[in-house]
Amino acid sequence: MAFSNPISDLFGKSPIKPLQEHMTLVVKCCSQLTGFFDAVVTGKWDQASDIFDSISKDENTADELKKEFRLNMPKNLFMPVSRSDLLGILGHQDRIANLSKDVCGIVLGRQMEIPKSLQADFKGYIKSTIQASEQALKAINELDELLETGFAGQEVKFVQKLIRELDAKEQKVDKKERKLRHNLFNIENDLPPIHVMFLYNIIDNVGEIADTAESVGNRLELLIAK
Amino acid sequence: MELFTEYGTLLILLAGLFGFFMAWGVGANDVANAMGTSVGSKALTIKQAILIAMVFEFAGAYLAGGEVTSTIRKGIVDSAIFAEQPDYLVFGMLSALLAAGTWLMVASIMGWPVSTTHSIVGAIVGFAAVGVSVDAVNWSKVSTIVASWVVSPVLAGTMSFALFRSVQRLILIHDNPFERAKKYVPYYMFAVGWLMAMVTMLKGLKHVFKDIGIKFSFIETAMVAAMFGILVAALGTYLLSKVQRDESLEENDRFANVEKVFAVLMIFTACSMAFAHGSNDVANAVGPLAAIVSVVSSGGDIAAKSIMPSWILLLGGAGIVVGLATYGFKVMGTIGRKITELTPSRGFAAELGAAATVVFASGTGLPISTTHTLVGAVLGVGLARGIGALNLRMVGSIFLSWVVTLPAGAALSILFFFFFKGVFL
Repeated sequence: MAFSNPISDLFGKSPIKPLQEHMTLVVKCCSQLTGFFDAVVTGKWDQASDIFDSISKDENTADELKKEFRLNMPKNLFMPVSRSDLLGILGHQDRIANLSKDVCGIVLGRQMEIPKSLQADFKGYIKSTIQASEQALKAINELDELLETGFAGQEVKFVQKLIRELDAKEQKVDKKERKLRHNLFNIENDLPPIHVMFLYNIIDNVGEIADTAESVGNRLELLIAK
Repeated sequence: MELFTEYGTLLILLAGLFGFFMAWGVGANDVANAMGTSVGSKALTIKQAILIAMVFEFAGAYLAGGEVTSTIRKGIVDSAIFAEQPDYLVFGMLSALLAAGTWLMVASIMGWPVSTTHSIVGAIVGFAAVGVSVDAVNWSKVSTIVASWVVSPVLAGTMSFALFRSVQRLILIHDNPFERAKKYVPYYMFAVGWLMAMVTMLKGLKHVFKDIGIKFSFIETAMVAAMFGILVAALGTYLLSKVQRDESLEENDRFANVEKVFAVLMIFTACSMAFAHGSNDVANAVGPLAAIVSVVSSGGDIAAKSIMPSWILLLGGAGIVVGLATYGFKVMGTIGRKITELTPSRGFAAELGAAATVVFASGTGLPISTTHTLVGAVLGVGLARGIGALNLRMVGSIFLSWVVTLPAGAALSILFFFFFKGVFL
C-alpha cells in the first residue's frame, strides 16, 4: 500500500544539510594541497601522486553530491531561501574542488618544481588559501542556525561577521599572490619559459580558489538578505 | 411509523456499526495527522501521543463537539422536507455513513489524501439532493461550509505565521534565546489553556450551566477561562523549571536547548490539537448516527427535541480509540519518521494556529478538515522562513482530493440510498 499522507508529504528534504556536506568535502579536497606541495618541494612524487588520487576521489564524491543535490531541487519546493542562490552557492563550492584538483593535476603531470626562492612564500600562499576556504565552510555551517532563527537577529549579524572575516582572508591571499608574482617576475628570465608560464598558471588557479571561497560567502549574504 | 417499530433495532444497530466504522477510520488516519507533528518533532513519543489523543479527543468531542454534530445531524439537510418522510432521512444518513466509510477505505488503500469531513458532507448532500430532492439540501449552510474549507487553512496559516514571527521576535533573534524561551513560553501555554477553556464553556458546558442556573456573561467566561489559562501556565512553568541547559548539546547545534524548552510547550499544543480535532471530526461519525437514533427512537418525529444519548458519543470515542490502537499508531510512526525536520519551535506554532482555527470552527458549528487546516498552518510557518523545504505539490493534491471526494462521496451515498430503499420499502 502506497503511503501518502498530506502532512508527511508536505515536508520536503531540507537542502541545508546536503549543502554543508558538500562544502565539507570540498574543503577537504582543498586542504590536501598543503601535503601535496610539501611532497612536491621535497621531490616525493609517489607521495604527491597518492595525495592527488585522494583529492580526485573526494572531488568525484563531491560531484556526485552535487548531482544529487540538483536532482532533489524540484521547482515546486518551497524554501526559506531562493533556489537559485542555493544552486549558485553549490556551483561555487564545487569549483573549489575542481580547481584544487586541476592545480595538483598540472603540477603532477609536468612534475613541476617550485623554485627554491619562492618555496616559503608559496607555502604561505597555499596556507592562506586553505584558510579562506575553511572560513567559507564555517559560514556555510551556520546555515542551520540561520534557519532556526528564521534568518533574523543576532545570528544574521554573526554570519555577516564571518563573511567579513572571509573577505579579509581573501584579501590576504591577494596580497600574497601579488608578492609571489612579483618575485617570480624577478627570476623568470633564469627559468625555462614554459615552466614559468605554468607557474603563473598555478598561482592564478590557487588565487582563484580563494576568490571562489569569497564568492560562496557573497552568495550566502545574498541568500540571507532575501 | 411501522418501519421503525418493525426494524428500529436493526436500523440503530446498523447505524451504530457504520458509525463505529467511521470513527475507527477517523482514529486510524485523522488523529495520526493531528498528532504526527508532535511525534515528528520528537516532543512526544508515539505512546505519549496516543495517550494524549485518547484523553483529549474524547474531551474535545464531549465538551465542544455539540455544534458540529448538530450541523451534520440536521444542518446540512432541510428538516422540514423530511418531516413527511422521516424514513428517507434514516436511510440517507445510513447511506452517507456507509458511503463515506467506503470512500475513505478506498482512498487510504490507494494512498489518496482525502478528508473525512469532505467525504461525509459530500455523502449527505448527495443522498439529499439526488435521492430526495434538490430542495432537501440546506444550500446556504452547505455553501458556508464549503467556504470555511477555503478560509480555515488560510486563517490557520495566518495565525501560525504570526505565532512563529512572535517567537522569532521575542526569543530566537536574541543573544540569550534559552533564558528568553523560558520566560516567554508560559504565555503561549496560557493561550492554549484559555482557548480550550473558552470554547468548552461557551459551547460544551452551556447546557450544564443552564441546568444548574448559572449564567456567565462573555466577559465573565473570559475571566474564568483566563484563570484556567493561568493554571495551565503554572503547570507549564513547573515543567519548564525541570529543563536544564546542557552545554554539551550546543556544540553541534546552538539552539538544541532552546528547542528543549519548546518541546515542553508542544506537549500542551498537542493536547489542544487533539481537543480541537475531537471537537470537530468526531461529529463526522457521530452526527449521522445521532440523526438516525433520534428519528427512530421518537418514532419518526423529526422535529422532536431530543438530547443526544451519551452512548453515541461513547461509541464515537471508543471507535477512535480502537482506530488509534489498531492502525493509527502505525500511521503516526510513519508520519513521525518522515517529518523529522520539523523542530518543536515550528511545530508548536503550526499546531496552535491550526488548533485555534479548528476550535473556532467547532464553536461555530462548521465541519472543517483538521488535516487541511494543519497543512495551511505549516505553510504559514514556512512563509515566515521557518521550514527548510515544503513540497507545494501537496497543496495541488489537496485541491484535487476535494474535487474528487465530494462527487465520489455523493455518488456512493446515492447508490446506497436507493439500495436501502429497495431493501426496506
